[in-house]
Amino acid sequence: MEKPRSKAALWLLVIPFIGLLWPPFYNLREPALFGFPFFYWYQLLWVPITATLTWIAYRSTRHDD
Amino acid sequence: MTTDINGTALAVFIFFFALVTVMGFVASRWRKPETLAHIDEWGLGGRNFGTWITWFLVGGDFYTAYTVIAVPALVYTVGAYGFFALPYTIVVYPFVFMVMPVLWKRAKDFGYVTAADVVHGQYGSRSLELAVAATGVIATMPYIALQLVGMTAVLKALGLHGELPLAIAFIVLALYTYSAGLRAPALIAFVKDIMIYIVVIAAVALIPSKLGGYANVFASADAAFQAKGSGSLLLGGNQYVAYATLALGSALAAFMYPHTLTGIFASNSGKTIRKNAIMLPAYTLLLGLLALLGYMGHAANLKLDSANDVVPTLFKTLFSGWFSGFAFAAIAIGALVPAAVMSIGAANLFTRNFWKAYVDPKVSDAGEAKVAKVTSLVVKVGALLVIIFLPTQFALDLQLLGGIWILQTLPALVFGLYTNWFRAPGLLAGWFVGFCGGTFLVWDAGWKPLHLISLGGEPFTVYTGLLALAANIGVAVVVNALLPAKVPARA
Repeated sequence: MEKPRSKAALWLLVIPFIGLLWPPFYNLREPALFGFPFFYWYQLLWVPITATLTWIAYRSTRHDD
Repeated sequence: MTTDINGTALAVFIFFFALVTVMGFVASRWRKPETLAHIDEWGLGGRNFGTWITWFLVGGDFYTAYTVIAVPALVYTVGAYGFFALPYTIVVYPFVFMVMPVLWKRAKDFGYVTAADVVHGQYGSRSLELAVAATGVIATMPYIALQLVGMTAVLKALGLHGELPLAIAFIVLALYTYSAGLRAPALIAFVKDIMIYIVVIAAVALIPSKLGGYANVFASADAAFQAKGSGSLLLGGNQYVAYATLALGSALAAFMYPHTLTGIFASNSGKTIRKNAIMLPAYTLLLGLLALLGYMGHAANLKLDSANDVVPTLFKTLFSGWFSGFAFAAIAIGALVPAAVMSIGAANLFTRNFWKAYVDPKVSDAGEAKVAKVTSLVVKVGALLVIIFLPTQFALDLQLLGGIWILQTLPALVFGLYTNWFRAPGLLAGWFVGFCGGTFLVWDAGWKPLHLISLGGEPFTVYTGLLALAANIGVAVVVNALLPAKVPARA
């Protein structure tokens, strides 16, 4: 059960927790985008970012189940 | 709001409702197994669902009708704070990616059907198994009742009052779940999710253009919050910790529920679950956009009896008759899928961890399936009676507590997947402290899931579920370290 590559990639999955669970960092109105205050579009943007990070982790996981 | 019946809307609604009813009954022949008289078939769809079925099923049962109604309602009322559902439903997927394939494999290898089966297999303790099973059932019951609240909101907007339409819808649901098991919601989820996607995409694309664009939607909400003196477009400084802990705690709790775990156990491989962790965030995007309907309610100057009416009233005001009928059908069907899976999850727990454990240990496979089917009926009728005879607030308070309770099963269920250090007495003591302590704190705060903490400086509030989980883990570690380890009974 050696998965040297997978371990490193799994750390990517910590990034969304850091990006989203510290609200003072993004609790801002400006810069707005398409009328959305920063608070809203920033968090919505984390949806595709998280999916992409998970996809990278997925590619470096061995699926032996 | 006006409550005259719109014929077109009602006709469209009834058409789609009839369509999924037929699908529900036909589902027993879909991917037909040799026999449905086995709990693996009735309760887990044969553990054979691939990536797409799992995506529709888990998406359909995690993002419930109540979510569609309640998240915009909360955002309508309090603003930014209600948006915690978004970080919650984002960070849940890295957790799912890491943990759920391991849990799935454990269940698959040993033929476990429920979380409590996994716990019993790991620790060999009937008490810990019972604690996990009972927590699962009582946390799920009010959740089912809330699906009825979601359905009531759209029935009301259609002009259908009273309990009869609700009771009819639920009894039909109970019957096809009884006959087809998990295959029924899995099949209906396709229709429901596609309808919800159409509705939300149409809503977020069309409604703002009728209301002067997103900038104006946010500005109107801002003005409304200032006029009423509560709520805000941004978080207050004292809301940071509450926002983050609610998001994290809810994310950890989400896949401890019987209905979400049923979706996990029913999938055909760990790879399917990992793929879904990548694909399920599509629903989160939908939820984030849906939450903004709360602000659109302000921009449209809706006059509402209750915040839960914001989505139905918005659709009714701004959509044509047939499309609002379509949207209401989407939400009502959106209540059926999770309600079905929840009742199946609760029925599996009762059958495996109570009936088989205490009443009839020698029960046959067919007998298990029979008990589970009857239990699913009882559970649904129970939820219906709760909604008809008890105040809605009762179900709301219980559901809130349910989130805190179910989170307390995490150590028993998850820790054993990674370490053999923990033993049953420590985990049981931790569960007890988390469960009772969490319940006490919620009661003490006047049925609010937030606990006020002041460490010398500015006081702030923390999600009680996470506090209780910390106490739970702390107690489990201490008791486990203090109690002498017996010689392992099982190799």
